[in-house]
Amino acid sequence: MLRVVAKFIVPLILLFALYVQFHGELGPGGGFQAGVIFGAAFILYALVFGVDTARRVAPPTLIRNLAAVGVLLYALVGVVAMLMGGNYLDYGVLSDDPLAGQHLGIIVIELGVGITVAAVMIALFYAFAGYTPEPADETDTERAP
Amino acid sequence: MSQLIDFFLLGFLLATAAAVVRLRSLFAAAMLFGLYSLLSAALFVVLDAVDVAFTEAAVGAGISTILMLGTLALTGAKHEAVVPRRPASLLAVAAVGALLIYATFDMPHFGDPDAPAHAHVAPRYIERSPVEIGIPNMVTSVLASYRGYDTLGEVTVIFTAGVGVLSLLGGRRRRPNDASS
Repeated sequence: MLRVVAKFIVPLILLFALYVQFHGELGPGGGFQAGVIFGAAFILYALVFGVDTARRVAPPTLIRNLAAVGVLLYALVGVVAMLMGGNYLDYGVLSDDPLAGQHLGIIVIELGVGITVAAVMIALFYAFAGYTPEPADETDTERAP
Repeated sequence: MSQLIDFFLLGFLLATAAAVVRLRSLFAAAMLFGLYSLLSAALFVVLDAVDVAFTEAAVGAGISTILMLGTLALTGAKHEAVVPRRPASLLAVAAVGALLIYATFDMPHFGDPDAPAHAHVAPRYIERSPVEIGIPNMVTSVLASYRGYDTLGEVTVIFTAGVGVLSLLGGRRRRPNDASS
């Protein structure tokens, strides 16, 4: 029963996260909130279907890389703005119309924020859920031979 | 009416905080922390700060609670040592609390138009944001455009914090351990 409800609810939460992500310049919301909601949907999935299933859906390596991709995307928008003759993170030059450029810049950097926040939340959950506390010296003796 | 809601929410906040202090079960305390965050989010809504409320509800009540529960699953959920009540510590806490409350008397009143926060750049943002940025949500235009550099810093902080936790808890160490045991 829990699985049925989760299967029904997880896509809705993901959809809501995307709505918050791309509606951030019109209403309350933005990359931070969207990233957390996206991460929460994924954590719910992992709690109900098991962390190993979730790891197959989103491999930890992919998640770790995505965390870096978000920050890089944000920083790159600034570099592109500089290459197009503006100041760092001055989105007005990204398009012929300054307002359109601002709009474009905000959407892209919010996407960067969302990707990093969601990826870090999921990575943290993986780290907590997958950690098996064991004495540190035991791993050392394993590595020695 | 809004004041009545304020009093109710603050009362609940106090009750939750008192319960967290008195509780011995850390699981229950973690859940109450989530409740505390949700009540704070409701207070932010009353103050018309919906973006902040949204973040507080999603991060404070949602993810933080899960991470705290995850930590408890690793460390155990019982308070071990019973700390005896010492009058000196109670006195120190009460004195600091009284000082903090005294300091709030110097703060500008809620909605005071002459408050320092409203006197510097805020009027310019409000005046120019529709012309310069052109998006309806002014909070986003300040956060993402006027102060884009700060937000880049915040995202970097989140990324760095994630890297720090991963290097402490070790994303990869589990596999070899599992194979050996």
